[in-house]
Amino acid sequence: MREREDEWTGLMRSAMAGDGAAYHRLLKAITPVLRAASRRGLARAGQPPDQAEDIVQDILLAVHLKRHTWDANAPFAPWLFAIARNKLIDALRRRGRRVFVNIDDFAETLPEEPKPETASAAEVTAQLNTLPARQREVLQSIAVESASIKDTARKFSMSEGAVRVALHRALASLTAKLREQ
Amino acid sequence: MDTDQLIRTLAADNSYRPRPVGFVLALMLLAAAPVSLLMFFSMLGVRPDVMSAMHNPFFDLKFAVTLALAAAGIAASLHLSRPEVSLAGFGWLFVIPAGLLAAGIAGEAMMPQRLPMMTRLVGSNSRICMTAIPLMSLPLLAASIIGLRHGAPTRPTLAGAVAGLMSAGLAATFYASHCTDDSPLFVMTWYTLATALVTAIGALAGARFLRF
Repeated sequence: MREREDEWTGLMRSAMAGDGAAYHRLLKAITPVLRAASRRGLARAGQPPDQAEDIVQDILLAVHLKRHTWDANAPFAPWLFAIARNKLIDALRRRGRRVFVNIDDFAETLPEEPKPETASAAEVTAQLNTLPARQREVLQSIAVESASIKDTARKFSMSEGAVRVALHRALASLTAKLREQ
Repeated sequence: MDTDQLIRTLAADNSYRPRPVGFVLALMLLAAAPVSLLMFFSMLGVRPDVMSAMHNPFFDLKFAVTLALAAAGIAASLHLSRPEVSLAGFGWLFVIPAGLLAAGIAGEAMMPQRLPMMTRLVGSNSRICMTAIPLMSLPLLAASIIGLRHGAPTRPTLAGAVAGLMSAGLAATFYASHCTDDSPLFVMTWYTLATALVTAIGALAGARFLRF
């Protein structure tokens, strides 16, 4: 438990220092925890657990876009759980329930259950089509075709800087659209 | 899009470095301050006897109170822009302006007065005070809400209210140089009412705009 959270903090520090691989590992490591907590929150609110992946993706986007509010001298887990809890409450409220989410939902050790390695979610996918064409193409190239920034730049004859800007704008506007719905 | 794909995309965007919230907030406030100052100089202006007023400790006390409120508001706003925190430990900052004001009231009560207490409390500028402080704080409040949207406040209503306190503190600092009512009793009554109004507006704006 402690060890796991110390590892997260270390990975996040490296990520903030520019280590993209550490960031990738961190996001992979926190996702099962977020998924289990989202399922539990949905179950407690009497909602089907198949919407958990929407909430997981919502949390991941918020973690990404708000990571500058994390204080690198503080442990990462309390920050993460505060973001996750906020997003979970928001998601359940949008589904028409007033519920109380226990912070321990995230911190508890989880019973082992067969979990999918990854899962698709409807909400982000639906919003993809509302993005400007160039942003969508860049996002799909990197997300779906797992092309690098460099390859994507070559494919669309853009500079790498322009690809980075388009990618970031796409993520930011996806998040804004998810919030508005 | 499946979650692994999303994670890969987020990792690819790791090179993007958002600015710290404090930087964005400072930038927004610097942009809004001229608007409030323009309102101040076009409608009110500094009182004509300001040079002699500066020798009156109760005139100076007004600035200590309003600046302490603004500073507490800025510190607490930045603190609340982090998701995992509570106001605990930062709420006491607001005791400083209140304490300064209370000390001023006590100090004034011990001095011989030419005017009765109620006359000093009611003053002659209460209506201007109640109008000017909220009006001049609106640009600052709007700017601070925009700046704080860059943060991740998990208590948006509270964060908005604190932004309101900060904006009112700054606007009241401008206003204090115009107002000829220097009694701490006047400040306690009318400045506080004006500040409460701005705080309420801030809380509403926060609930609406500071969710993330």
